[in-house]
Amino acid sequence: MRALNRIVILGLVAASLFSGTAFSEPADFSEKLDIGISTDEIAITSDFRGADLTIFGAIDGFDQNLLAQGKYNIVVALEGPKENATVRKKERVFGIWINRHSMTFELVPESYSLSSTRDIDTIAPPGDMNNMGIGVDHMRLTPMGYIGDGSSLAEFRDAFRRAKENSGVYQRDPGGVQFISSSLFKASVRLPADVPNGVHVVRAYLFRDRVFVAAKALPLRVVKTGIEQAITRAAHESPLLYGFLAVLLAVITGWIASIVFRRD
Amino acid sequence: MTVYLPIAELSVNIFIILGMGAAVGFLSGMFGVGGGFLITPLLIFYNIPPVVAVATGANQVVASSISGAITHFRRGTIDIKLGTVLLCGGLAGATLGVWIFSFLRRIGQLDLVISLMYVLLLGTVGTLMLIESISALRKASKNQAVALRKPGQHNWVHRLPLKMRFKKSKIYLSVIPVAALGFSIGILTSVMGVGGGFIMVPAMIYLLRIPTNVVVGTSLFQIIFVSAYTVIVQASANYSVDIVLAFVLMIAGVIGAQYGVRVGQRLRGEQLRALLALLVLAVGLRLAVELVIPPKEVYSVVSAGLGF
Repeated sequence: MRALNRIVILGLVAASLFSGTAFSEPADFSEKLDIGISTDEIAITSDFRGADLTIFGAIDGFDQNLLAQGKYNIVVALEGPKENATVRKKERVFGIWINRHSMTFELVPESYSLSSTRDIDTIAPPGDMNNMGIGVDHMRLTPMGYIGDGSSLAEFRDAFRRAKENSGVYQRDPGGVQFISSSLFKASVRLPADVPNGVHVVRAYLFRDRVFVAAKALPLRVVKTGIEQAITRAAHESPLLYGFLAVLLAVITGWIASIVFRRD
Repeated sequence: MTVYLPIAELSVNIFIILGMGAAVGFLSGMFGVGGGFLITPLLIFYNIPPVVAVATGANQVVASSISGAITHFRRGTIDIKLGTVLLCGGLAGATLGVWIFSFLRRIGQLDLVISLMYVLLLGTVGTLMLIESISALRKASKNQAVALRKPGQHNWVHRLPLKMRFKKSKIYLSVIPVAALGFSIGILTSVMGVGGGFIMVPAMIYLLRIPTNVVVGTSLFQIIFVSAYTVIVQASANYSVDIVLAFVLMIAGVIGAQYGVRVGQRLRGEQLRALLALLVLAVGLRLAVELVIPPKEVYSVVSAGLGF
């Protein structure tokens, strides 16, 4: 059942990869982009403190002159699984700070690490980045439900980005992509210690002289392993049994303690 | 050394968790309380999602109450009949509590309500205990007898119908206030992750006039079952019991409790109560300050997962 789920999820991701990149891929460029990662799975063990992921890639069919002039730029993003996210705003009511207003954004990545050859705002015009949703500042944040006259949209979006960047789950590294030979490049992205579990997507974008040329995407699974995975599974798949086990563990611990430290 | 908490989904320093467990265990051993009212706020201060902190706190309460209950059972100081009536109310209260908990979580006011309830409860109980213990200390210094229970004195509670005879406690009492007390404590257990002993014990002594010798054992009896029930229901409804976190807390807690008991035995009852009152007030104050001072960031972000 679980294996089946995984296949379905991968299938969905694959489908979204194609639909996500097809919209702006012009036909008249000769360049192609290829990327590869050393692993398609990151295991979260009990001592997990984050990980660095290195992505290798190559530009095929490049123009020698343009490459020599440094006209090619690459952006690599690691997008976490998408979830609806709610931003809440506190206000003072009778002297107490209370959540008063909220806005929910539809399916935003839970984590986002961006790495590029230089600051992405110098790679392509902001409008293009907005269209493709590349970068923390350009990511699509679509509010759900009623948001009144929309005047607070910008402030909630800013707050969302600020919170995500401050907590380290959204990060950017404007020097993280380096060319290691004429057309081969290496990108490193950081996975924070509290990286969400699930299917992440590595997306790479190639720009030539401020124009988007090609994109490529690969899935990356982040999974809990060993005992962590067994515990999570038990908690979600047989919660009643898990609850009984938690109680049993407490009873045994308390009981053993009362024997070991018995004084009367 | 860090340890990954699979349900809270974050890495924590194991020594901080061990330290928390040991410190709370020490205090709970010293004062004879479950320690849920300390462990849950501490976990929240340490950035554990409140949802996980409450459910896991209830699990820790089970472990820390068991050894006390076993001792009382051996000595025969548990009134099972009275405990069962309390428990019936408690289970109903805990069921309602979990429902309230899920509802508050959905509308985004869970953290606020948990904090407010702690401030209110700890503030009230702490103040009452402090007043009572100071006057007891004064009387003790004047060599007057300290009487917790004034026999023969009746209040409105004893005029209620549906009376039942509790042989062990040697009282004839209506089941209504007993079940109602259990019910209220049950709600607190599932919403706040506390055992509720620090409210139940005074209520049983002062309100229901139950003899002091059976009060602690009987309240522990009720606390164990209601907390265990809460853990199971929280695990089923919110998937929020972190067994790794709970286990680390328990181990440190039961060991810390042993040392706490030794220190506690050297202090006099009213001194202990005064110290406990100060501790309760301090935790309440810390939470109250959090509510009143302007937050550094007025915005907070939650995903569809545990943050709710």
